[in-house]
Amino acid sequence: MASNPTHFTPLSRILHWLMAAMLLAMLFIGVSMVASLGDYHRLVAIHRPLGIMILILAAIRLVNRMLTTLPPFPPTMSRRERFLASASERLLYTLMFALPLVGWGMLSAGHYPIVMFGPVHLPAILPADPTLYAILRKTHTILAYLLFLTFLAHLSAVLFHTLIKRDHLLDRMALWPVRTHGSINKN
Amino acid sequence: MGSEPNQLSDAAPVSFGGAGLVLRLLVIAVVIAVIAGLFLDAGGWIGSRKLTPARFVDGFEQVFGVHAGFRRNHAKGVDVSGYFESSGQGADISKASVFLAGRLPVVGRFSLGGGKPYAADAAQSVRGLGILFQLPHGEEWRTAMVNLPVFPFRTPQAFYEQLLASAPDPATGKPDPAKMKLFLEQHPESASAIQLIRSQKPASGFDDTTFNSLNSFRFVNSLGETASVRWSLIPVQSSNPAQAESVQQSDTNYLFDGLIAAIHKGPLQWRLILTVAGPGDPSDDATIPWPPDRRKIDAGILTLDHIESDDTGLARDINFDPLVLPNGISASDDPLLSARSAVYSQDFTRREGEHKEPSPISAAETGK
Repeated sequence: MASNPTHFTPLSRILHWLMAAMLLAMLFIGVSMVASLGDYHRLVAIHRPLGIMILILAAIRLVNRMLTTLPPFPPTMSRRERFLASASERLLYTLMFALPLVGWGMLSAGHYPIVMFGPVHLPAILPADPTLYAILRKTHTILAYLLFLTFLAHLSAVLFHTLIKRDHLLDRMALWPVRTHGSINKN
Repeated sequence: MGSEPNQLSDAAPVSFGGAGLVLRLLVIAVVIAVIAGLFLDAGGWIGSRKLTPARFVDGFEQVFGVHAGFRRNHAKGVDVSGYFESSGQGADISKASVFLAGRLPVVGRFSLGGGKPYAADAAQSVRGLGILFQLPHGEEWRTAMVNLPVFPFRTPQAFYEQLLASAPDPATGKPDPAKMKLFLEQHPESASAIQLIRSQKPASGFDDTTFNSLNSFRFVNSLGETASVRWSLIPVQSSNPAQAESVQQSDTNYLFDGLIAAIHKGPLQWRLILTVAGPGDPSDDATIPWPPDRRKIDAGILTLDHIESDDTGLARDINFDPLVLPNGISASDDPLLSARSAVYSQDFTRREGEHKEPSPISAAETGK
């Protein structure tokens, strides 16, 4: 199993679904807070520490990704699909790091204290600079939209495989019990 | 979602044709469309045109115009710095390190309300003072105060309605009095607040003005006891009523020039007075004053001894967000607070990205 896995490792699967929930929540919190007067403060207070938690988990996930053997792509995936899947995975990893780091840098450049919770603060990672702040603020938004679009593409691809090709692609990442079957290695 | 029943696992994809395939494709399309739709709705792009921070700032730009690099409100100002010497008495109601006896550096900005940076100073203009207290371990307390005894609007929506009602009519170049009258009829709380504001004569200059937090905040002390608190900066300098308008006509920056002259003569000082709410005092309504007999705590003395132009000072690029608070002070249930934080942030983001036009109060002027 270790040398020729059919599933992602349990830790990989836990990290995947935990971060999926956190990232999706983060995207909705982010887009809601900038459009909200009444909930702005409450949402920002969640957004900052949740972003740092995602950054920490992204680092753990990257190490885990480098140390584990991945299950093979199902034979139902064409070479082009495999290339797209790998490229989008790389993009998702990049964004998981870039979004929190840009957010942290943006608050630093904007001369804001980086409040986590209670008296706990993070240090600034960039010097206070208005132009830098403005660029990073815009970058944060653009990267967030890019993450949302990449997530939609990822979800569409998984749904396509699950509902149209019915190749049990999703089973490799399932946290729920799945009955073993040979479809992945057959065909 | 979930795994497919086992018996279907060997079915080749091509065997799904016709209605079944269309239905499955439709399911995918609906799932994606619903998630995308929820996202767009959360961002305020579809559905009702609710009041967002961006639309609020658009309102300021509509009324005052866009002046690159300037705040959309309180555009005209000067930067100051100095220190706060805490008496230690505030620690009774808040565990915030700002209230431990000792000295902390501060930066601040005096300003006049309105979004026109080159407008002439007027005694009746709202006077603002933003202060940033630099606390140990990266903590900060930022507060943006004004000289009004109460805030004229209870909610951000009311503020926005009044902002638009006060916009100059394109035909006459002046606000339409009928619109303002209608606003006050719909907002009796604003009518009484404005009456109270008008009953108080402004002081002669910035240096003898009292500044108020207006909103209430929640203080927590080291025992975990909470209190609803408002604060004021009360000038140590003796206060004089404003002079007649005729004296002021000659200098369009007379309030700022008076402040510059005063601070060059010697440090200016204010007492930070914390007012603790009594039972029944509203924490969520900044239009209502609290009775004058409430417990007051003299938390210390703010000394401002340095003045600089917005062009060279630090404060131009500081967002005096009233919800940048140290541990021991937090937001109350006042609906204005989150809205102020949101709108200030939107304003900050817009102006920081812009080319900066020179301040009407130049470095040559503040150096005089």
